[in-house]
Amino acid sequence: MWNRIRALIIKEFHAVWRDKKSRFVLIVPPLIQLLIFGYAASFDVNHLATVIFNEDDGLPARELVARFEGAPAFEVIGHISREAEIAQVIDPRRARLLIHIGPTFSRDIRINPPAKVQLIVDGRESNTSLIVLGYAGRIVADFNSEWAKSHGEPLPPAHLVVRSWFNPNLESRWFFIPGLVALLTLVVTIVVTALSVAREREVGTFEQLLVTPLRPLEILVGKATPALVIGVAEGTLIVIVGILWFAIPFRGDVGLLYAGLVVYVLAVIGVGLMISSICRTQQQAILGAFLFIMPAVILSGFATPIANMPEAIQHLTLVNPMRYFLVIVRGIFLEGLSTELVFRQLWPMAAIALVNLAGAAVMFRHRLS
Amino acid sequence: MRLRGLIRKETFQIVRDPSSILIGFVLPVVLLLLFGYGVSLDAKHVPVALVIENPTAETSSFAASLAGSEYFAPQAVPHRPAAERALAEGRVQAIVVLSSNFTRQLPSADGAPIQLIVNGTDANTARIISGYVDGAWQNWLEHTALDAGRALAPPVIVEQRVWFNPEVSSRNFLVPGLMAIIMTLIGTLLTALVVAREWERGTLEALMVTPVRIGEFLLGKLIPYFVLGMGGMAASTVMAVWVFGVPFRGTFLVLLLVSSLFMLAALGMGLLISTVTKNQFAAGQVAIIVAFLPAFMLSGFLFDIASMPTVVWGITHIVPARYFVSSLQTLFLAGNIWSVVATDMAALAMMAVFFLGLTRRKTRKSLE
Repeated sequence: MWNRIRALIIKEFHAVWRDKKSRFVLIVPPLIQLLIFGYAASFDVNHLATVIFNEDDGLPARELVARFEGAPAFEVIGHISREAEIAQVIDPRRARLLIHIGPTFSRDIRINPPAKVQLIVDGRESNTSLIVLGYAGRIVADFNSEWAKSHGEPLPPAHLVVRSWFNPNLESRWFFIPGLVALLTLVVTIVVTALSVAREREVGTFEQLLVTPLRPLEILVGKATPALVIGVAEGTLIVIVGILWFAIPFRGDVGLLYAGLVVYVLAVIGVGLMISSICRTQQQAILGAFLFIMPAVILSGFATPIANMPEAIQHLTLVNPMRYFLVIVRGIFLEGLSTELVFRQLWPMAAIALVNLAGAAVMFRHRLS
Repeated sequence: MRLRGLIRKETFQIVRDPSSILIGFVLPVVLLLLFGYGVSLDAKHVPVALVIENPTAETSSFAASLAGSEYFAPQAVPHRPAAERALAEGRVQAIVVLSSNFTRQLPSADGAPIQLIVNGTDANTARIISGYVDGAWQNWLEHTALDAGRALAPPVIVEQRVWFNPEVSSRNFLVPGLMAIIMTLIGTLLTALVVAREWERGTLEALMVTPVRIGEFLLGKLIPYFVLGMGGMAASTVMAVWVFGVPFRGTFLVLLLVSSLFMLAALGMGLLISTVTKNQFAAGQVAIIVAFLPAFMLSGFLFDIASMPTVVWGITHIVPARYFVSSLQTLFLAGNIWSVVATDMAALAMMAVFFLGLTRRKTRKSLE
């Protein structure tokens, strides 16, 4: 039995690797995605086009403007002098932030505080506007405390001291690149397994496989093993690029990461084989894979937190293996997640993997007999 | 006459193949629901551990200001180690610590520190939480000052206006962008797959020996899928406005114009991909890489284009979805702002002409 399975595994590897197209699929798209994603996927704001509308030529106003000009998040691209011009720069998206300082600013700050500074942001991109308002608020708070200090005015009775664990500079990239290990491994593993049977069926070699002495379960093992190796290798590739190229810190245990990766890939293989046994053509398999990948990625916490979803949808995410692996891979990269915490994510994923593989086995047998 | 026959044939093909109907109508609705509900950047009821080392009237008034905000779900935790464990285990997203001498330090010259520790793994959420705590802190300062009978007068206060989206709802921002992604799926992925299948099966060669001209042949392909895509677009618009409550401040005529131009560009891309690859598998892969992924990542739908590195920012200019997303966000939230919409339409029209023209040339070549 093991000889037969081994022969099938070797054949599967050949099938994937010999074919120029499938080799291309394994290497080129993941790398392109890693590079584009690595550089494009970010919620950080920098060089935001900013326009100043300063009606006050006093020193305090100029000092405040200088603080905005010195901040890397903002790039002052111009000045306006009339209120009517505000819409002319915000509407066409020439500027995303407008800082308006009224004519009485310098007088108010000395005689009649508080002086007002008006910030107008473009809400069409809501996340950017929130971040921008946060940055701007901090700039004004810094200005305030320095002003109070240098003018002998009382500081507010309490102040915030913010520290960020695991990612002190709050870089989005540290969040997204470990996430890509989960995403790209998912995509490659699904495509390899979903297409493997569909392709054979289209070409007609699947019938040939059926007349061999191989039993359905053996065929399943033979199809799953190469996918496991390929999925784990893909994950490894992304981990290495993440550490060496994108300089993401790796603080946890490699063994735990691989335990998670293997269980994750097994869970995904189960889904891929199920798709494979349903679909009759490659086109259906591609669409099927796509129909699984899209919701799996969206409902995993990859780009936006699960906690922000409506409760019913949050329950739905519990059957998504990617959800658990994302916690593991990000935790191991950034937080040095402990064995106990990894296991808390591992066992639901293992249960999902078992159900998926068993489901695939049943569907396979059903399909074959 | 011939054209009508072709269109009829294509329409039959779409209607008869359940997978086309699936992609044309079911997929937009399902995706929009999924994305609309699943993708949100608005953090609410964030679990926060609150450590008060020495409870006093002042600390409980601060605790009340946190609890009063819909953004937090504060949990009282007896001491720091317990809070730190909760943060490490992911049970809370942040820790707020009022140390034992908080009340004593309040009247001092430097004031008392309020310590906030956020889990930085999800950098964006961490930033949002720290913004929320900042707001709660400001509120608390104002209230304490008022209670003490004086107005709080910091040197400068910020008055913020978020234009077009005053409640800063991420759904208003994401749903219009999603429509561009869904249209890319229908226009490019579906068309590429279906036409590639015809090349694979050789039914196109059969068509070529009939007296049909290339222009007619392409139009015959284009029109049914155009109608299918615009149907999906209409369904998405209705859902955006009625299900998700996204305001629509532009006019439908302009929306129709922009969507038509985008649809032509997307279809052109799909036809070009299928003509070049002539193979379903390759067409599917290429469509995902050159159309779907860029629409997702480089269109400004989720990630801000202006903050991308210059090279990536440059690449976004050849992504049709970028112009469509920009117009959709503007039409839905801001209205008919011609300087935005007209530029986008010009870019989309150029792309449509380019892709369709190239497809025409490639089709002619492949026949000889």
